[in-house]
Amino acid sequence: MSLSVKKDDKLSDLFLQTKPVPSGLEGFSGLKSEARQILLERGFPTTKNEEYKYTNISKRIADSIENPDAPSPISDTSQIESYRELLASIDGYEVVFNNGIPDLSQTDMSDAKFDAQLFSAMDASVAGRIGTIEKSEKDAFSALNTLSFSEGLFINIPDGTVVEKPIVLIHYVQADKNGDCIHPRYFVKSGKTSQATIIELTVYTGSQTVFVNALSEWSVAPNAHIRHYKLQDGHKDTLEVHNTSADVDRDATLMSVVLSLQAGMIRNNLSLNLNAGNCEGNMYGLYLLNGKTHVDNHTNVDHTQPNSDSNELYKGILTDHSRGVFNGKIFVRQIAQKTNAFQQNNNILLSEDATVNTKPQLEIWADDVKCSHGCTTGQLDEEALFYLRARGMSKESAKALLLYAFAGEVLDKISIEPFKKYCEKIVHERLGGSY
Amino acid sequence: MSKDNEILEEFTSKEYEHGWSVNYEADEAPVGLNEDIIRWISSKKEEPQWLLDWRLKAFRHWEQMKEPTWPNVSYPKIDYQKLRYYSAPKQKSKPKSIDEVDPELLKIYERLGISLNEQKRLQGIAVDAVLDSVSVGTTFKETLSKLGVIFCSFSEAVKEHPELVKKYLGSVVPATDNYFAALNSAVFSDGSFCYIPKGVRCPMELSTYFRINAANTGQFERTLIVAEDKSYVSYLEGCTAPQRDENQLHAAVVEIYAAENAEVKYSTVQNWFPGDKNGKGGIYNFVTKRGICAGDYSKISWTQVETGSAVTWKYPSCILKGDHSTGEFYSVAVTNNYQQADTGTKMIHIGKNTKSRIVSKGISAGKSQNSYRGQVQIMKRASNARNFSQCDSLLMGNNCGAHTFPYIDIHNSTAQVEHEATTSKIGEDQIFYCNQRGIDSEDAVALIVNGYAKEVLNQLPMEFAVEAQKLLALTLEGSVG
Repeated sequence: MSLSVKKDDKLSDLFLQTKPVPSGLEGFSGLKSEARQILLERGFPTTKNEEYKYTNISKRIADSIENPDAPSPISDTSQIESYRELLASIDGYEVVFNNGIPDLSQTDMSDAKFDAQLFSAMDASVAGRIGTIEKSEKDAFSALNTLSFSEGLFINIPDGTVVEKPIVLIHYVQADKNGDCIHPRYFVKSGKTSQATIIELTVYTGSQTVFVNALSEWSVAPNAHIRHYKLQDGHKDTLEVHNTSADVDRDATLMSVVLSLQAGMIRNNLSLNLNAGNCEGNMYGLYLLNGKTHVDNHTNVDHTQPNSDSNELYKGILTDHSRGVFNGKIFVRQIAQKTNAFQQNNNILLSEDATVNTKPQLEIWADDVKCSHGCTTGQLDEEALFYLRARGMSKESAKALLLYAFAGEVLDKISIEPFKKYCEKIVHERLGGSY
Repeated sequence: MSKDNEILEEFTSKEYEHGWSVNYEADEAPVGLNEDIIRWISSKKEEPQWLLDWRLKAFRHWEQMKEPTWPNVSYPKIDYQKLRYYSAPKQKSKPKSIDEVDPELLKIYERLGISLNEQKRLQGIAVDAVLDSVSVGTTFKETLSKLGVIFCSFSEAVKEHPELVKKYLGSVVPATDNYFAALNSAVFSDGSFCYIPKGVRCPMELSTYFRINAANTGQFERTLIVAEDKSYVSYLEGCTAPQRDENQLHAAVVEIYAAENAEVKYSTVQNWFPGDKNGKGGIYNFVTKRGICAGDYSKISWTQVETGSAVTWKYPSCILKGDHSTGEFYSVAVTNNYQQADTGTKMIHIGKNTKSRIVSKGISAGKSQNSYRGQVQIMKRASNARNFSQCDSLLMGNNCGAHTFPYIDIHNSTAQVEHEATTSKIGEDQIFYCNQRGIDSEDAVALIVNGYAKEVLNQLPMEFAVEAQKLLALTLEGSVG
């Protein structure tokens, strides 16, 4: 696996210098040195690596990132206007990540039924959980996060608790100069029969080139129901890698909805381990890409026990020179009989120069299962367009309406009404329709 | 349920029918692989200098290459120096027609059910039979030559039609294309050559029958089919090998060139020895097959029924270069016991208004692993390209695996590409339904498997469809319902 090329060396030089472990995180030094070792051995992925065949993010990082450490924290995040209205309408528990560092001082926890701790201040009993769901050997950027995080957030939802208001994780990113990078990290532990919704937003305050290498781990206990919504909307020079990993236990459900809009390059690695019977993993994604935006969604569902279900729907609308990559893997292990796994990826290309690479992959070792995947790439249905135009709609609005309907299938999965409305609004604006 | 399992057990434990071998005197190359061996093969076949140079170039390139590890199969490393690269039945003089071929050799084909003599009289199929490394006889040559169709062994073609061979050899699969294609290019021993002139519709099916007899011998044959403007040919390929404990290597290359308005239909029933029940022995089938629709409105159609081989690694592909050209791929791949198959196709859309269709049906039983790996690529200038892919897997028993790796790369917004895949098993309810209507469980499984594969079997020429159904029956079933 030594796939290192010259560019890689730059990344290794940049990120693999020996540094002291940040104070308070001494307990993680073993984890960090293991991550470093893995990166030293394997290097960063190039397009020769099957997993990164279409997404040369290592090169983008090597070309534009100069500083391996997070920029200094923003002095006052409450002055940042973005998403203000949305945050007010959601009325959730806001947890701020200030340039990658969680800052609990601004969160009103008075009526919160969950608790949040910093990694540096957490109980030793739970600290051992960090790094057990998303392991460093899985992905180079996951190892990089483990090596580089200087603080993290641990969210614990106790047994039997229903957190009614959504928990909003809001990342404020303000680079001091071009080429900064941050490594936010958090862990969500949900107890038995608990319920919670977590919304994740990222705000870029400037237009600098910046690399966000986020990692989150989710432990979903029996009969817990967890929803995770993520909105990715940066600018043309933002590079993002998100490693999201979840262990799902008996009778539990985890739902993930990712909405990707503006960015330089985004790579989402989402992996769900369905480790017990009757659990469910649902993954939904929508990417509306323009300009030179490049979005890569890699999902991985591992059915390790009988009687679990997974559903997956990713949809994309691409214009200009944008590129959408989808790779969905479904593994059904030998004992995982009675698995139902469904996967779908639909793309609409609106311009000559847009590109789609998709690879829906099934690997099945059990015989009594129902698995299917479907994938389509095409344009809008001429007949549907004609139908609308025959009823007096302009070509533009008919097109926008159809695209909106196409995207709507994913947006409908969002159950927090104000957030859904907001997403609908931005999608509507992006599609530029008036109908 | 246990009844089901018993029936499955019975179906999945059938033995290989063509496992015998015949002793005949053979002309063999020394074991090993180096430039001298290649020169030896080349001089044995009295080849011109340009072909020897071509072989050596391929060999030198091969030496620099690494064996690919990306297929989803595992097998012990092959020692290429321990193989024999040429083995030919000894014949006193070159036979002028089928009647002069050594009766011993003809008997081999008779036992396989391919009676070269009989076929000549009864069926309208021209057969080129390849035993180990060389072609032993081609039927119906005269009838074909009246139409200008050239159908002969590769070595004959090199001697009699060097200009054609030189022009098209390696034009679709270059000598340096991949590891096994390079190896084949260096040491290929024989194969079939087929040329259909302008405007000719070949009146009969052309067929090659491959048989590996000798032990420790690799078989490396090359098939080259050239269809000129407005021509049509349907080509069949069959293969078997004796039952041996060692693994044998088969690395063939098939190239198809279709000019304007030409249509080539290539059907394969692959039944190399799959190894015994414990996974011992069997053929490594590492084959490169590729066709190019070079002219506008041309069409290439691959149909394959894969039942044999211990390890299969094969992707019959179409390069759709001409505008309005069409590529098709129909496949049934059955794996049983410890067989492993990684097979699929590539459809490269380059021309405008090109169409492709992929139907792949995988059936895995026993402890086998069956993978579909396919690529649909729509290039930038391929406006209005259309692709439909369907790959279904059927699992019998819970020790086998089915995998799909479809790659879909689209660089043009007017493309319309659809892909769908399902995985399922034969349901108890389906068998119960048949039982209720008086069909016993054994026949019910046969019925369901045949129904499942029908879409592909329907694409085979009639004579082959019968053989393929029988093969399916042998690999999985007691009798065909």
